[in-house]
Amino acid sequence: MQQSGCRVVRSCLLLRQGYRPKRKRCAKWHLTNNNSVSKKNHMLPKHLRRLEAESIEIMREVVAGFKNPVMLYSIGKDSSVMLHVAIKAFYPAKLPFPLLHVDTTWKFREMITFRDETAKRLGVELIVHVNKEGLERGINPIDSGSALHTRVMKTDALKQALDLYHFDAAFGGARRDEEKSRAKERIFSFRSAGHVWDPRNQRPELWNLFNTQLLQGETMRVFAMSNWTELDIWEYIMLEKIPVVPLYFAKQRPVVRRSGATIMVDDKRLRLQSNETPEMRMIRFRTLGCYPLSGAIDSDATTIEDIVAEMHTATVSERQGRLIDTDEAASMEKKKWEGYF
Amino acid sequence: MPSKATIDRVQAGKDQLQFITCGSVDDGKSTLIGRLLHDSKVIYEDQLAALARDSAKHGTTGNDVDFALLVDGLEAEREQGITIDVAYRFFTTLRRSFMVADTPGHEQYTRNMATGASNAQLAIILIDARKGVLVQTKRHSFICSLLGIRHVVLAVNKIDLVKYNKERFDRIVGDYMAFAAGLGFTSVVPIPISARYGDNVINQSDKTKWYQGPCLLDYLESIDIQSDVARQVFRFPVQWVNRPNLDFRGYAGSVASGSISAGDEIVVAASGRTTRVKRIVTQDGNLPRADAGDAVTITLEDEIDIGRGDLLARPNERPEVTDQFAAHLIWMDNDPLVAGRNYIFRIGTRTGVAGSITAIKHRIDVNTREHLAARKLSLNEIGFCNVATALPVAFDPYEVNRKTGSFIVIDRFTNRTVGAGMIAFPLRRATNIARQPLSVGKSERAALKNQKPCIIWFTGLSGAGKSTIANIVDQKLFAMSCHTILLDGDNMRHGLNRDLGFSEADRVENIRRVGEVAKLMADGGLIVICSFISPYRAERDMVRNLVAREEFIEIFVDTPLEECVRRDPKGLYSKAKSGKIKNFTGIDAPYEIPMRPEFHLRTMDQTPEQLAEAVIDVLKARAIVHGH
Repeated sequence: MQQSGCRVVRSCLLLRQGYRPKRKRCAKWHLTNNNSVSKKNHMLPKHLRRLEAESIEIMREVVAGFKNPVMLYSIGKDSSVMLHVAIKAFYPAKLPFPLLHVDTTWKFREMITFRDETAKRLGVELIVHVNKEGLERGINPIDSGSALHTRVMKTDALKQALDLYHFDAAFGGARRDEEKSRAKERIFSFRSAGHVWDPRNQRPELWNLFNTQLLQGETMRVFAMSNWTELDIWEYIMLEKIPVVPLYFAKQRPVVRRSGATIMVDDKRLRLQSNETPEMRMIRFRTLGCYPLSGAIDSDATTIEDIVAEMHTATVSERQGRLIDTDEAASMEKKKWEGYF
Repeated sequence: MPSKATIDRVQAGKDQLQFITCGSVDDGKSTLIGRLLHDSKVIYEDQLAALARDSAKHGTTGNDVDFALLVDGLEAEREQGITIDVAYRFFTTLRRSFMVADTPGHEQYTRNMATGASNAQLAIILIDARKGVLVQTKRHSFICSLLGIRHVVLAVNKIDLVKYNKERFDRIVGDYMAFAAGLGFTSVVPIPISARYGDNVINQSDKTKWYQGPCLLDYLESIDIQSDVARQVFRFPVQWVNRPNLDFRGYAGSVASGSISAGDEIVVAASGRTTRVKRIVTQDGNLPRADAGDAVTITLEDEIDIGRGDLLARPNERPEVTDQFAAHLIWMDNDPLVAGRNYIFRIGTRTGVAGSITAIKHRIDVNTREHLAARKLSLNEIGFCNVATALPVAFDPYEVNRKTGSFIVIDRFTNRTVGAGMIAFPLRRATNIARQPLSVGKSERAALKNQKPCIIWFTGLSGAGKSTIANIVDQKLFAMSCHTILLDGDNMRHGLNRDLGFSEADRVENIRRVGEVAKLMADGGLIVICSFISPYRAERDMVRNLVAREEFIEIFVDTPLEECVRRDPKGLYSKAKSGKIKNFTGIDAPYEIPMRPEFHLRTMDQTPEQLAEAVIDVLKARAIVHGH
């Protein structure tokens, strides 16, 4: 029985003004009826139960060990699972930290709708942060290029938000199976002052004994879903009946071909070139981000079950749809040095 | 209905096996993992295309695809051609999902191997069929054994390069079995493989007809790992107290081992209080029972004092509770472990425990398993140590329970994880030496002397003026009818500490003893004036923590090194500079300046008399002594 005490806080950084949006915490706790007997969880296969339990343990560790944690919420499938697990972790208490969405202003419109509905449905506090400065400089994925856009509107924006609210730990939904340099990432990823990630200065992680001690200015990124695979995510979404953005399901949508990718025409800002005519195609997305940078796949998968079945036979990785990874060799690692999640 | 079939297939369920691969630099670990990922079809076309590109650029396999490049992640190591950190890889079959820790074989990276092994249930130890059992093989096996891995696959790799020769394989297996006999493995399964060509990895090879055993993947899919943990007794480290309102108090945590049901009796290990489990709460409803690995929230029948770090057990299966234990310790930091120095320990969910390694019993040569005498442990060294903690902690021996028998060591200043430990057994000394209660206390003794006892700690370089100022302060206090004692570094080294030298370990022990003496004297109501170079922050803080917060007054006698060298009252700097004295602070040994001393004495423009007077003012301001 969730109350819908949702608050959406929009924040921005104004140049040279010490603007600090007020953030009022929702009443942290709420009570639920608690004598129902479990049916659902025992349906989960062993490996998903294990992954769920491990993520819960990590999340509790953060709440016990840090002063001011936040959960990065990207609206995608991994975030949906992470949020779902987080609510389980602290039940019957309410989520003891807010969600933070770093909005580049170029997300699919359906993502933004889904984001606000989710916050309302679950009664969680949601902070939306936009790099106002970048916006004023006119940074966008089409003219500025994906690399600059990502750095300014995602990486810099994230650092701004973490500094603004003095968050000392931030959950991210990144998984080790996504990309090679992710495979070596710690669960508790240490960032020295200024959000600097140095792969050579990471703390060894043995057993489940995480070292959560920080000095002033240092922060931690916590990847609570590290050991999930893309298939685990979808299987879990299916069995737990977790709502996800409709863009993951195949539907007739207007698309153009651009740089070898299928790009959905989500609004007028895409600025069609003379040789581009939108055509309606049965498509869906395996990953979601800024719409001009997200490649769609041809698919007939209209249900979660279809997606899982499709996953079992997929032949290309989900990251292939992400235009930001192909900028240059080892680009993910470079982005991480800069502070990208 | 395809969707129904999908759900059924997913729900049929499979368990997870975590394993680690270890071998020397060129044994083909990464190639083997790449091969497993590739052959179990988790490599997508775009990744294969990237692999083909990379192989042409960095590969070491000529025109063939170099599978190692699939798993070597960071740019630098791709160029060097070696793996330098722990990478986690995932693949899944219809029967199991697998998590692989790929850990480096290079000599200096013991810490990474231990990290990968800490959560693994099985180890694949790779041997190059051409080279046989190497020193590295022995080292990896020892570390796996120490970290509690009980199942080993001996993968004799590159069997193609010895022409699939059975005799060669048999000899290597024989050598290994003889060596591994003392390592406590439950199973060792040798398999001849070629990671590069796939022989006996996913499919039985027709080139090794003489080999009757399972291929690698079949074995990984079928080995029984569950019964190992199922037999263990119930342990529940409390991770977080869930208290959303006055009507609900739950203890959130993950069951470390065993199982518990609603209604079962439990005991809080440290306090010995017992009660019963009322409910096992999850968002999906209450559970009748929670098993090892389940993350749950437990509510109890009685309100008893429980917090994060407490360990719950069954009353008839209690863990050890003590403040002294013996443990194997793997050192993971560039700064060596110094016995006697204070560190922070984390044991289970009990974090922030102050403690120290009181003695290094011996160091273990990882290659030969020989025991060697040691006064310190350097990076990647393993020792057997005595550990003392400020509070009693609950644990099981690591051999019995990996979750409740492990701990990490954290540096108090940098917060780096500097060590990882595996508890061997409790030391009974802690329980046998009970504290004798004294009838006359510190405050009574102090009241009689009309003063507040304290430790005034002068620290600074040799020749900074510590002893001169301390001596004048002592005289002034004496003149004010205060009861004082002056402990001076040089004097202590003539008596109590005459067995100690000037190495880092000896300096730590020197200050530890002085600290304990100073504490006893402060207990006697005295104002204890101490004058010691005491170059390490950690040891000054160790003394600070022996007494109450307001009872330790650190005075930093701040004289620039050049000035100390110029003064050189004892002629020591010139001896140190000419190499006649080693480990001299400021010359070839470090001095760590105090971060927040109670008083910072800058000596350059004042006389010792003025400086001493300033110290007396501080004491008056703190009401240690009363003014005239």
